[in-house]
Amino acid sequence: MIRTPLRPLARILDARLKGENPDAIERENKRIRHEQMRDQSRQRAEGRLLIMGVCFFCAFSVVGGRMGLLAMSEPVEPRTHAPGAVISASRADIVDRNGSLLATNFDTHALYAQPRQMVDPNAAAEGLVKVFPDLDLARLKKDFSGKRKFLWIKKKISPEQMQAVHDIGDPGLLFAPRDMRLYPNGKLAAHVMGGASYGKEGVHAAEVIGVAGAEKYFDKYLRDPANGNKPLQLSLDLTVQAAAEQVLFGGMKLMNAKGATSVLMDVKTGEVISVASLPSFDPNDRPRPAVEGDASDSPLFNRSVQGVYELGSTFKIFAAAQAVDLGLVNPDTVIDTKGPMKVGGFRIGEFRNKNYGKLSVTDIIVKSSNRGTGRMALDIGVKRQKEFLKSLGFFEPTGFEIVEAAGGKPLLPKKWTDLSSVTISYGHGISTSPMHLAAGYAAIANGGFKVEPTLIKQPRTKMGERVMSSSAAKSARMMLRKVVSKGTASFGEVPGYHVGGKTGTADKPKPTGGYYEDKVIATFASIFPAHDPKYVLIVTLDEPVESSGDKPRRTAGWTAVPVAAEMIRRVAPLLGVRPTVEPANNAVLTLTSSN
Amino acid sequence: MRAVLYILTSLAVIGLAFWAYRENYATQSALSEADKLHASIRQAHARLAVLRAEWAYQNRPDRLRDLSVINFDRLGLLPLQPDQFGLVDQVAYPPAPLLPITNPVDVSTMNSGTSSQDDPL
Repeated sequence: MIRTPLRPLARILDARLKGENPDAIERENKRIRHEQMRDQSRQRAEGRLLIMGVCFFCAFSVVGGRMGLLAMSEPVEPRTHAPGAVISASRADIVDRNGSLLATNFDTHALYAQPRQMVDPNAAAEGLVKVFPDLDLARLKKDFSGKRKFLWIKKKISPEQMQAVHDIGDPGLLFAPRDMRLYPNGKLAAHVMGGASYGKEGVHAAEVIGVAGAEKYFDKYLRDPANGNKPLQLSLDLTVQAAAEQVLFGGMKLMNAKGATSVLMDVKTGEVISVASLPSFDPNDRPRPAVEGDASDSPLFNRSVQGVYELGSTFKIFAAAQAVDLGLVNPDTVIDTKGPMKVGGFRIGEFRNKNYGKLSVTDIIVKSSNRGTGRMALDIGVKRQKEFLKSLGFFEPTGFEIVEAAGGKPLLPKKWTDLSSVTISYGHGISTSPMHLAAGYAAIANGGFKVEPTLIKQPRTKMGERVMSSSAAKSARMMLRKVVSKGTASFGEVPGYHVGGKTGTADKPKPTGGYYEDKVIATFASIFPAHDPKYVLIVTLDEPVESSGDKPRRTAGWTAVPVAAEMIRRVAPLLGVRPTVEPANNAVLTLTSSN
Repeated sequence: MRAVLYILTSLAVIGLAFWAYRENYATQSALSEADKLHASIRQAHARLAVLRAEWAYQNRPDRLRDLSVINFDRLGLLPLQPDQFGLVDQVAYPPAPLLPITNPVDVSTMNSGTSSQDDPL
């Protein structure tokens, strides 16, 4: 570019001749040059801005276009990445303490129809009714020829049925893959498993949700995809559960009971090894809940946690244990159980109006004297009794991990008077579930520590706070052992296992108030082996009658105890408890020096 | 000099294009191979789940109890009794180990797509 000089000589000379200021020419030229520079830089800046704008426009278009594409397209799994942690879309399995399967998933199909795509709706409807006789032909024909675009026909079909539907050959009949919850053991531990059903259903998948029992309680864990390959391990033992259910079923039939329940618990961890409630159901085909009548007649009713009843004399040991713990009595203290005994204007009687006279505390438990325990309860007092029973967990629903357990809230007297305190000492006026009783007996069995019943396998012993001294627990265990060796539960003796326990027979309350004369709840709460207890077993029979004698017998000693004894005989070897010789009660040796 | 540079550059472009083309196809085939492997892993998992369920179903306590009753003459199985606990010195020496299994039988046909094609029947 040719640069214009600021002071062109020709113009300067010319200006000098005319007497003008030559500096004006320089200024003029400078101005022009500056204007040119300004225009140039402005143009350059505008160009740069334009390029920047285009760049930004392109970048945002790419981002926007990608977003639009992502929003519009079907999601696909990344193909180039190897799967890291295994993520499973199916519900986690449930296994027992030894790893045997209790619940798993099975691939199956659901059947749906898209009537718009059907070639011959009538033939399809007729073909379907041949495969599934329970479908309504007229209704199917109406649905297929009407305005509906989509309808579900069957939620679960077997491979054979699927093939038969394929053979109909109508393009409007389609299959949706489904995960089906399968309980391979059928009725076994049905109340613990509960059952599963479908939540949101789609054509590609459906969510499986737990509807009862542990399936519902642990629903969140089981559905978490991160837990797909980590099965939920329960404390139940499949073999023990099967044996317990078999014995319990036999016992229920033999004793003409309408229902029965048993709870077997590890005393040091609170793990429930087996829990059975009869009558039972098949969780693969869960029946509908009863809408009328007594809920406890439904097979869905879980007697072990929902069956809140007065459990009778099984409670006496708590009064005795507390009295020993407080130092009010020792096992040999003699208490007068002679009648009449009146508390709050109410006469306290004995079973069949017996009169035992003067008895030691041990004999009060062995002979099951109401007045004896009542006197101990009066000594203990309302406040301390309440605190003790509360510390054993009798005031709240158990923490057992199935949804039904939260419904088993104990029934307590509204106003805890001296009379309540006396009746509660022999198990009347307080209604609890067998699971509560098992937890209470476990505290006696493990040396005085509270345990919380649990359904989850525990890696180590898990005992709560101390609720009674170990010596009081030991005395209570000795009393329980004597109940079996020479008291009301003599049928409970199992050679080698030294069962200790307490019977309880409570009249059933009428729904209208008062009690039935001839309907009882018979309970046997036991621990074994009594000198070093490892397990607590509660057996409860609902309305049992033992009719081998002249008169029908309903007491627990004749009904629940033999069933529990047979159960211990069957179950203890499976638990690996070796039969032992009971250690003798050695006389206390005193060291003396003799010369 | 410049001509040589042009020729070399265009040759490099052609070479790189050829390399990219081959890599593209190699990637595609590796991806489809991975897909196939994933599918077969899924299938194997499904098969395993079915076998596990089947195993649990066949070994359910009810069935085993019934089988032990049916085969009582041959097996004489009874529930475990307390008096069956023994002492260590009552245990016999272990028997000689079994011969190895040379003809394993596949108990599921779910994954036998390839073998059924080979089957002359």
